[in-house]
Amino acid sequence: MNRCLWCDEAIVNQFDWLTFFTGGEHQLLCEACLSQLETIRQPVCKKCFKMSNSKRCTDCKRWERFFSGDDPLEKNVSSFRYNEFLQEMIAKWKYRGDYVLGSVFEREIKRAFKFHYHALLKEAVIVPIPLSKSRMDERGFNQSEAIAEMATDDRKKIVQLFERIDDEKQAKKTRAERIFAKNPFKLLKTTNKTVILVDDIYTTGTTLRHAARLLKASGCPAVYAYTLVRG
Amino acid sequence: MVQRIKKWFHRPTRLESHPTERARRRNLLPSSSSYFHRLTEEEERKLAKRFEGKLLLRREIPLSDPQFNDLLRHQLFTPHPSFIKTIFQTRCKRCNNDKPSLLASFPCAKCCRTHLYCRNCIMMGRVSECEVLYEWNGIRYQWPTLLNACTWKGVLTPAQEKAANLVKKAIADKSEMLVWAVAGAGKTEILFPGIELALSRGARICIATPRSDVVRELYPRIGQAFKNVEVEALYGKKKNKDGTAQIIIATTHQLLRFNEAFDVMIIDEIDAFPYHKDRSLAFATNRAAKKASAKIYLTATPRGDLKQKIRRKQLPHCFIPIRYHGHPLPEPKLVADFSLSKRLTNKQLPKSFIRWLDQRERKTRQLLIFVPTIQLAEQLKVETAAVLLLKKLIKDESEVAFAHAEDELREEKVRQFRQRNIYCLLTTTILERGVTFPSVDVVVLQANHDVFDEAALVQISGRAGRAKDDPDGEVIFIHDGKTEALVDAVHAIKKMNLRAKTFYTKESER
Repeated sequence: MNRCLWCDEAIVNQFDWLTFFTGGEHQLLCEACLSQLETIRQPVCKKCFKMSNSKRCTDCKRWERFFSGDDPLEKNVSSFRYNEFLQEMIAKWKYRGDYVLGSVFEREIKRAFKFHYHALLKEAVIVPIPLSKSRMDERGFNQSEAIAEMATDDRKKIVQLFERIDDEKQAKKTRAERIFAKNPFKLLKTTNKTVILVDDIYTTGTTLRHAARLLKASGCPAVYAYTLVRG
Repeated sequence: MVQRIKKWFHRPTRLESHPTERARRRNLLPSSSSYFHRLTEEEERKLAKRFEGKLLLRREIPLSDPQFNDLLRHQLFTPHPSFIKTIFQTRCKRCNNDKPSLLASFPCAKCCRTHLYCRNCIMMGRVSECEVLYEWNGIRYQWPTLLNACTWKGVLTPAQEKAANLVKKAIADKSEMLVWAVAGAGKTEILFPGIELALSRGARICIATPRSDVVRELYPRIGQAFKNVEVEALYGKKKNKDGTAQIIIATTHQLLRFNEAFDVMIIDEIDAFPYHKDRSLAFATNRAAKKASAKIYLTATPRGDLKQKIRRKQLPHCFIPIRYHGHPLPEPKLVADFSLSKRLTNKQLPKSFIRWLDQRERKTRQLLIFVPTIQLAEQLKVETAAVLLLKKLIKDESEVAFAHAEDELREEKVRQFRQRNIYCLLTTTILERGVTFPSVDVVVLQANHDVFDEAALVQISGRAGRAKDDPDGEVIFIHDGKTEALVDAVHAIKKMNLRAKTFYTKESER
């Protein structure tokens, strides 16, 4: 019996000639839970995927002013909108450590990479944002790495370039605190390939820009990003 | 070939794959006695009080690594593998879950391997295959024997007295028993003599309930009644969850961390969600009680399985049909309103409700409105405030509030409602039981919805008329088509009131 990963209710698949011959798709969530996940729809900000009517949202304009026109991050792509349901789901997935919940997002992640980064991926490498040592011990896995692994079948494309120095959770800081905080990353290796950073949530974009700045300074040509959720 | 044969001989033996051995290899257990510290009796007693009767993960034991290793070496903690594997099934040691859909695996960064973990009890902290559950193996802690510990000075009604004596007997015999008392019968007070008796024998007592609201309501009352005894409440949101008191009031989820700890196990509201659905909770309460222990179940609305046990005389029980103030339960009025669902989808209150507002007996009573879904509770708030303002029942919009399971301010709102700062509270079934408001009228909108089963409706009608000064309250079920649950609930209440009448005549004959 196939059961919903979130509510553990039985999923009754539709039975018709198509599913009879193809076997049907393996569903991870039931209809009710699936309908609560909001995917991002047009119109969005071309740069950071925030749902907005203008091509460049106020967030991105602010960042451009902050870096005086030289934003280290080229573009961010996201799949889901942040809502209460997703917040709960992500909390259970990463804080409680319910690893299998991540597979719910697999199809959307693959779709987004194929649609937006297909051409780029021939050359680029995927770099997941790391966790600090103590958090890694606590949770047992890194959710960004899990996303990166779902994004590509080629494990060699996933490279770990960073180490995290600080220990505090971003989620507990205010916007100003996040932006003016010290860079929490240390570069372990440099690269001359294009980089796609992978993280779970884009809230202000500070984490990604901290990482991107380090990469740019060490000679990386361009930095793109994929985040599962645009907050 | 030679190498293969060598490998075959050097394969890990069963002993090496034992959790203790695995822990030793991961440097959790020291292999040599480099540091030897003998515990004094006082120290060991302290540890025994903290850890006895529990089944804990390493991160739930707040000791430093050297200290803990020392205790392990002295065999004061016994490690148990966190999963029990047989040929056909795998079972979580902590919550007894063996559903394949609730067992999954993840790549553990610590061991660089893929491990099994339990999804059923993940809200209590993840149990994975590489972790071990520790059980205290040192001396048993002697709980103090307290004579005349009850500081409650009230008087029990004859009906309560009768039940209290039976509870006392069950505790003395360490047997099972069900107390079936209508809502507002004073179930908590019935327990006091029994608890007093248990304390005088140096027993450890647990009052478990599926709802955290009930825990929060019970905790001050028990604390008041037993002022000189350590009482501790345990529920999910509480920060400090030591569980070292003699009387523990806990949600049934919290009992997953206990193992043969209590001499007396009292389960309040045994029929409440999620206890009757989640088998691991029943397992947890059973394991938390000692093998020879008294088990007392309290409920106002026993479900089918308990009723069947009573009928087959497998479970001794005691029925209290009257409330403590002696007045009958308010009988619910069914009001059919066939524009109900249309009005509710338009975020309006049904006409029948507004009509009833005009002809209420006592307008000073607060309003408790039950709705089937969380969204509806939020949507109807504005409309309700507008209607009540129009009828001049409230002065300000802030006197209307909603409370539901995912509401962070729920406790605060319930408290405000009890202090009469809020006139009208919109809520879901979360407040159906365990909470007492002195003088309220109860309305159920869309009472034919699936979430309102018989037990829920009986409990909801039990919220009205709880105080001595105002023993009746109106209960209105607004529906658009009777369901079996609705009819059964009304029937059950009428039956209980009838039994109350005969109970009185029997008592007076005596």
